[in-house]
Amino acid sequence: MSRLGVVMLIHHALDRAEQVARHWAASGCPVVIHADSKVSAKAYGKFVKALSDVPDIRFSRRHRCEWGTWGIVAATQSASEQLLRDFPDVRHVFLASGSCLPLRPVQELIDYLDARPRTDFIESATTADVPWTVGGLDAERFTLRFPFAWKRHRRLFDGYVRLQRRLRVRRKMPNGIVPHMGSQWWCLTRQTLSAILDDPERGDYDRFFKRVWIPDESYFQTLARLYATDIQSRSLTLSKFDFQGKPHIFYDDHLQLLRRSDCFVARKIWPRADRLYQAFLTDADHAMKRTEPNPGKIDRIFSRATDRRTRGRPGLYMHSRFPNSRWENGMTGAKYSVFQGFAELFEDFEPWLARMTDCKVHGHVYAPGGAQFSGGQKVVSGALSSSAAIRDYRPRAFLTNLIWNARGERQCFQFGPMDHQGAALAMSRDSNATICVISGAWAVKLHQATGNFADLRAEAARLQRIESAFLDQLRDPKAKARVRIWTMSEFLENPMDRLQSIVDDLGVSAGRRLKEAPRMADLTGFAQFLQTLKNQGMHPYLMGDFPSDPAPQTLPRTPGRRPYLVKK
Amino acid sequence: MGKGRALSFVSSYRLRVQRRRWLIRAVRKRRDLTSVENRTRAIRKTDVLLFCTLRNEKVRLPYFLKYYRKMGVRHFLFVDNGSTDGSAEYLREQKDCSLWSTQAGYKRARFGMDWMNWLLLKYGHGHWCLTVDPDEFFVYPFCDTRPIQALTDWLDASSIKSFSAMLLDMYPKGKIGAQTYLPGQDPLEITSWFDSGNYSIQKNARYGNLWIQGGPRQRVFFADQPELAPALNKIPLVKWERKNAYVSSTHMLLPRGLNLVYDEWGGEKASGLLLHTKFLSTFDAKAREELDRKQHYNASVEYRAYADLIQDQPELWCKWSEKYINWRQLEILGLMSKGNWA
Repeated sequence: MSRLGVVMLIHHALDRAEQVARHWAASGCPVVIHADSKVSAKAYGKFVKALSDVPDIRFSRRHRCEWGTWGIVAATQSASEQLLRDFPDVRHVFLASGSCLPLRPVQELIDYLDARPRTDFIESATTADVPWTVGGLDAERFTLRFPFAWKRHRRLFDGYVRLQRRLRVRRKMPNGIVPHMGSQWWCLTRQTLSAILDDPERGDYDRFFKRVWIPDESYFQTLARLYATDIQSRSLTLSKFDFQGKPHIFYDDHLQLLRRSDCFVARKIWPRADRLYQAFLTDADHAMKRTEPNPGKIDRIFSRATDRRTRGRPGLYMHSRFPNSRWENGMTGAKYSVFQGFAELFEDFEPWLARMTDCKVHGHVYAPGGAQFSGGQKVVSGALSSSAAIRDYRPRAFLTNLIWNARGERQCFQFGPMDHQGAALAMSRDSNATICVISGAWAVKLHQATGNFADLRAEAARLQRIESAFLDQLRDPKAKARVRIWTMSEFLENPMDRLQSIVDDLGVSAGRRLKEAPRMADLTGFAQFLQTLKNQGMHPYLMGDFPSDPAPQTLPRTPGRRPYLVKK
Repeated sequence: MGKGRALSFVSSYRLRVQRRRWLIRAVRKRRDLTSVENRTRAIRKTDVLLFCTLRNEKVRLPYFLKYYRKMGVRHFLFVDNGSTDGSAEYLREQKDCSLWSTQAGYKRARFGMDWMNWLLLKYGHGHWCLTVDPDEFFVYPFCDTRPIQALTDWLDASSIKSFSAMLLDMYPKGKIGAQTYLPGQDPLEITSWFDSGNYSIQKNARYGNLWIQGGPRQRVFFADQPELAPALNKIPLVKWERKNAYVSSTHMLLPRGLNLVYDEWGGEKASGLLLHTKFLSTFDAKAREELDRKQHYNASVEYRAYADLIQDQPELWCKWSEKYINWRQLEILGLMSKGNWA
């Protein structure tokens, strides 16, 4: 007879429980099964009868096991007492559930425990030190009373908690024990377990824990600390919980992962995971190397899943992720740059920027006639259309889609007061955006335009109003974008350095000097144009000061060594 | 504060009245339906059920049934709206199908939803129910390795009662209808392309659901009137209760809590997709017929838009179309999510 005994708590999927119980027993481990009293008499009778051919499987007195209540502890106590009494050879007791599945041959577990005859494997940590409590109840699990079932009487449960908080109820721990918590699934030595069960003070402890919230995660975890000589604070059962405190479930496609985990037992297994049961209960040849359990990879997969559920993918908007504003945790999916006024001041700014950096450089993507995607494409990555109607219908979604679709390649685009402004505010509030503005540069295009001056004047007034509103948004304390604003005259004081800093910001050629400069638009007569606007009563101020007589502007300071701007 | 509460009380009362109205209407519209083959006695307590309205879809049925049987659907409940191509005869022979027929107007039954609501009310209570069209193929996380019961068990354990699946329009490369679709063939072999990143979303304050538009239909058929593009948000999988009612197609339901299939605090809930294989060789004839019948949504505006373009043999495929591989690809592209199901 083996020195390992198993206590099994079951409540559904009895066919699987039978399979696993037989597996334990076949390896010489006596099993005491506790079935939830909710299991119907008919089903239970059938189950007991089915296992009647195995002598070392016993059934303990049944309790009602409701999640989070004392019943589970009572069930564990009854079954453990019976196991210790009926099988005097048992040295270690392993607590398992009906949906636990041994991953390694049981003999390996027996050998492992034989090598550690006095060790108790029970996860047990003080409440202050554990992050896993869900629902805000940690220390209060012990200081308040919980007579109502959380699953059935949620309102009573919550109301009674609130009431006790208001009345400042604080229960005292019996005999000054220190509450510990941990996984419900343990493996204790006969010595420790019998000390807990036969303790003369057990009546006091039981009374206390009957009103504790989720006592199955704290009763043995706390009391084991009183008697155990060598506690390994970890569970031999691989069991992972999601952010709601509900165990993750293993399916057929986890087979390889479980094989490589080297854990002794895993839970919870989906009852219909035929391949897993087939592989681990019958296929002893695939036994794993005798190594320490290593659930690292499984840990990573499940913590990624929790992250996906709680934080999601920044910049993604879809039918199961539609964050309220300010809860996006990143409005867009990646960093991008917006240039206002550059394409107006420099004739070949876009191709130049594309050459200088590794970025995807678009034209005015919010242009009234439709998005000017790089290369004049009508559709870009993600099948995003250049149609102005579609874009202007949901301008913010257009932006987030553009950035999301191009993950991995930094996007740059031109913007300006002549463009649709539907996403302007969103961009200013987006910490992924870098927005560089040469204010007033839109006037260059007007200066070059031929047309009725009255119309130009009206257009200038309109554009100035729009750009001014945009600049206000950029300077607002709520703005999160990285913003750089120059008036046109400021920028022209030292254009090369400004361009250099912009390219450096894009992080591609950091440290390298620019080898070539973009070609600047012809500004002859520009100052005069502004003066004419002024004379017509329209005050163009965003471009800064331009002396009305065309005085020579900036000349490159060190000709020959650094590139310079060619002016027509 | 007080005012806000009163308002929300009034609006929730209104929604309740509306829900009752849809249910009463569904009960009334049961008279449209004649039972042709009722095998619902075979339904067991834990079965996942599929509800579907169809008209002249015989060519699609063999693969449709095969696909969903393999997924783990245990019983199919069909309403045949006046098929003349032998769909009804075909379905009568299927041992896991129940069939009702009607000659009544699709439009007058709110595009078939009254019939669906009635069957759901009568047979769906307590079951996970999937309500889809014959050209829609449900895809969910891990659908290649886990049957639908794995999903519904997990949803039950997580106390989730409804599961969303956006409609993803699939299309062929080349002209629609250039390749002939044969019975039993996987339609995704022909319509294997989709738009991955041009969808836009708005929240419907009244019902709490999302309203999604985009995809190839908006890109090609509605490029000038994007607001008319069809809605793509769907909630096809629901743990049905007698009090539930679909409001408009499977886009939204009442009580409105069932529409909250999305996370609002930055996280992602688990979700799937409905691969919409409408653009097969059968599309042209279907569009012409539906245009004559004028039985579709919004004066069949959708079919009119197609009819305008269909003369020029439209092509939905573009250089940036994605070719369908599997659910993992759709998950990476951000069209669906595993949520915290791992």
